[in-house]
Amino acid sequence: MKEFHINSTFLYILAVGVIVFVLAQSLFFLLRAYKRGKEIGMDTSKLKKTIVSTAVFTIAPAVSILLGIVTLSKFLGIPLPWIRMSVIGAITYELPAATSTANALGISLAEAITDPQTYSAIAWVMTLGIMPSIILPPILMKKIQGGMLKMKSKDDKWGDLFLTAMFLGMISAFLGMVFADVRSGLAGFIPIFVLLFSALLMAVCGLLIKKCNMKWLETYALAISMLGAMIFAAVITPLIK
Amino acid sequence: MSEYMKKTDLYGKIWIWSAVVVILFVPVAVCLYYNAWPQGTAVLKGLLGVAPIYWTVGVIEVITYTPMLGTGGTYLAFVTGNLTSLKAPSALNAMENAEVKPGTEEGEVVSTIAIATSSIVTTLVLALGVCGLALIAPVLDSPALAPAFDNILPALFGGLAVVYVSKNWKIALAPLIFMVILFLAVPSLAGSVGVLVPVGVLIALGAARIMYKKGWL
Repeated sequence: MKEFHINSTFLYILAVGVIVFVLAQSLFFLLRAYKRGKEIGMDTSKLKKTIVSTAVFTIAPAVSILLGIVTLSKFLGIPLPWIRMSVIGAITYELPAATSTANALGISLAEAITDPQTYSAIAWVMTLGIMPSIILPPILMKKIQGGMLKMKSKDDKWGDLFLTAMFLGMISAFLGMVFADVRSGLAGFIPIFVLLFSALLMAVCGLLIKKCNMKWLETYALAISMLGAMIFAAVITPLIK
Repeated sequence: MSEYMKKTDLYGKIWIWSAVVVILFVPVAVCLYYNAWPQGTAVLKGLLGVAPIYWTVGVIEVITYTPMLGTGGTYLAFVTGNLTSLKAPSALNAMENAEVKPGTEEGEVVSTIAIATSSIVTTLVLALGVCGLALIAPVLDSPALAPAFDNILPALFGGLAVVYVSKNWKIALAPLIFMVILFLAVPSLAGSVGVLVPVGVLIALGAARIMYKKGWL
């Protein structure tokens, strides 16, 4: 039996393979959509702006995902968390999955795992736990998209409102969530302050775009409000706590 | 349906089923290479702790996000993950800025470009980060930065809310009030916000339908 280590070369090779697959799929869809946009007469500057704007906005959340790898790497090493965070994973899922398996095996996650069986059990739970998210889209796609098309052809305005309402319903859940800790005193208000600060920054960006004709700002507005609010959180938290 | 959309669906299916194989191959490879098949009961018990909630959230996410993200975007986003905190906001923000609507071919193109870009940038940031993890881990893990990352969701949704709620405040009112009251009354629900997304969606849809019928929208 080969000697097991959570950071072995073999596991790194597996990780690189998965990462190359994800990159290839993303590039494939990016190039196809870009080409199609040009074909149907969309402004290429608009398409390029989408790429730049999304790339800038993505950096902060991507770093927070990296933080997830840092957390998990303490007991799972780097390759497995790297794989899991690059494919479907999110720290909110992977940590409970690892903890739940460790509890089932009666081991602690305080230090690096040395037993390959424990490691593989955790890898299986992490993998099987996210399977519905990846198996269901191809199965349900036709039904969902068909239903949307039908609704839109019946009543176009309601079709648009339907999608807007769906998104607002989703946002509401997350906006409501920031109120969950208010009972714990002033510190519980921090998420609300952060939310309001982010909203304020976005409103200022909106004003600058409209009144001062700073159209270029549109590309960065979401990234600015998000990063600004994160910095704001780092500043006010020590003051409040 | 245009030829492009039909082919997007076909290619999407090929990619996503390949992804299923790739993802399952990882634990299989670990077990084979180290000859370390885990006990079935351990995996089952571990799964019992997380699967009921995450499988439910998975089903909900597919139904909620597919119409918003479009065909190509959905096939890609569900492989690369982080939907609520990254892929869905970036796609919706991109469609808003490009002034295209979800459910149209232009929307499909912009949404797919946004999700693909976001996936590539995330993958690159993670790859670079992993290479320099020894250097950056202490910085990322520092207590000074912890509040910034703890508050990433309010920081993101505050900005997004301004754009969407201000434009459609009538639709937003009912789900927003409901959610704020719910979380004030039962704070422990914050851990299962994923399950509450469809509740918010249903309330928003109901409110929108009533107002639409009454001609208020």
